[in-house]
Amino acid sequence: MSEQTLTPPPGLVPALPKSQADSGLAGRVGQVAKLLSRDGAGLLGVILFALVVLTAVFAPVISPYDPLKQNLRDSKLPPAWQEGGRWDHPLGTDNLGRDMLSRILYGSRVSLTVGFFGVLIAGGIGLLVGLVAGYTGGRVDAVIMTLINVVLALPYLLFVVFIAGILGRSLLNVILIFGITDSPMFARVTRGEVLRLRESGYVESAVSIGATRGRILFDHILPNLIGPLLTVATFEMSAMIFYEAGLGFLGLSVPASTPSWGNMLEAGRQYLVAYPWISTLPGVAIVITSLAMNLLGDWLRDILDPKLRRARK
Amino acid sequence: MQRYLISSLTQAAVVLLGVLILTFFMVRLTGDPAAAMLSREASPEQVAAFRLQMGFDRPLPIQFLDFAARAFVGDFGNSLHYRLPALPLVLERLPATVQLAGVALIMAVVIAIPLGLVGGATPGSPVDVIARIIGLLGQTIPSFWLALVMIIVFAVRLRWFPTSGRDTPLAIVMPAFVLSLGTMGRLVRLTRSSVLEIMGEDYIRTARSKGLAPNVIFFRHALKNAAIPLVSIIGIQFGYMLGGSVIIESVFAWPGLGRMAAESISIRDFPLVQAIAFFTSVIVVALTVMTDMAYALIDPRIRYE
Repeated sequence: MSEQTLTPPPGLVPALPKSQADSGLAGRVGQVAKLLSRDGAGLLGVILFALVVLTAVFAPVISPYDPLKQNLRDSKLPPAWQEGGRWDHPLGTDNLGRDMLSRILYGSRVSLTVGFFGVLIAGGIGLLVGLVAGYTGGRVDAVIMTLINVVLALPYLLFVVFIAGILGRSLLNVILIFGITDSPMFARVTRGEVLRLRESGYVESAVSIGATRGRILFDHILPNLIGPLLTVATFEMSAMIFYEAGLGFLGLSVPASTPSWGNMLEAGRQYLVAYPWISTLPGVAIVITSLAMNLLGDWLRDILDPKLRRARK
Repeated sequence: MQRYLISSLTQAAVVLLGVLILTFFMVRLTGDPAAAMLSREASPEQVAAFRLQMGFDRPLPIQFLDFAARAFVGDFGNSLHYRLPALPLVLERLPATVQLAGVALIMAVVIAIPLGLVGGATPGSPVDVIARIIGLLGQTIPSFWLALVMIIVFAVRLRWFPTSGRDTPLAIVMPAFVLSLGTMGRLVRLTRSSVLEIMGEDYIRTARSKGLAPNVIFFRHALKNAAIPLVSIIGIQFGYMLGGSVIIESVFAWPGLGRMAAESISIRDFPLVQAIAFFTSVIVVALTVMTDMAYALIDPRIRYE
């Protein structure tokens, strides 16, 4: 971003020269790889998460069938390893003869989209609100904290279910609901970190040498927020993927025609006794994804900031 | 102590005001509550008449004050489906949900706390490995999926428990266990890390160095301090279960508030939705206040503040 387009006040521009940033990045990647090799669970989390992301991105390429294509002649086929299963439908087919594997692969797109954009919105709002609260203090902080406490004191799932039911089924609604209702979580962590950083020696010394507010904010406070917020983001994304599937299970998430893990669980429920794989297999995909994100989150928390453990419930 | 209690109660009042505002606007999210509440086949005249009947034609602040005043005396209007006052309907379903959440909480506490205590006191031992696995599973297994798997295995195949309903005492086992899973994981992790941390404190080292028996150190010194954060989390988790039973109750056809919540939202019975949302929030807030008080009672640092 060039200075002519935005003309920010001096101090708002990060002072780091480009070359230095690049070598720092390369060094950091090496550092991270070294840390990973020491932690088996963390490594597993990173690999699984990468697999899930790749699945979502390349779903149209790797899916053997169109996830929406019905074929009633081949409906309710069990997975290949069970009696009556066929290898042309490795995970079987559902009640309408749609290929389970293709639907599960495509389902990762809904889950990751909701998780990613939900966290992006919640993190964006939370970061802004938390910065204002922590940096301004006083009455503004008190009002914001009260609002945060109100939202965090609610029976969360119940309200999410009600709001989703009232707004109706759409991907955008689900993303907005999670993005907005989850922002207090990020705001609280941001505020706590800002308060802690403001008392730290290096911010105090920056103030004492006359650094501007903008410079302190962008050079000293924001970079230190990345770690804690990244950790929270991982856990919250995992929670959103959970809740999205839960909403789908109640028939309140994306439209029924969209292949999503929650919708598949819900659709397979009435065939639970005779054709259990229709609703149990998508659940396995949810478990793998949330396992990946939790291992990743635990690992991030351990390497980035052990103190964060207490900030969360 | 007094100041602590007053601040806890003030906070509760603020939260309830927030809940009131939220439940009021929740129904108005789509713009026209009258159109949202009636079926799509309703004629414009019917919608207009309904709007007048419910008072939706009045200015919003007036509507809100009216809603708040009525909510204060427990009047949420009549359920559109049952054509009965909403709050008594909610109260009728409450015992089943409290029972389910209560049994779930007991299961979680009985399994999680001993595991977490022993695991935290003996890091790396087999018990600790089990504790860590349960801690992770609680976070990674979706309760509604576990519910389906348990129905297939224990109700359909093994026939140990009924698939749904509340007719026999055994019927509560599966829904309660599924509901407890998340809390169980959270409690195990918290207990374990709490004990781990305390065992590294100076006063434990002092107790050790003066030759106290490991049992005495663990039960007299470590346990007391580990209990403090647990009390707060148990209170919060009970409230979380009351609200979280909305999915589990639907799977197991458990006749409680959660199932009523899912049903009333699917048939757009908004007065009932508002009554459930508000009433559940009141219970959760009351639990938070009680937790704060329990906290003050067991932690002298708060009592003498």
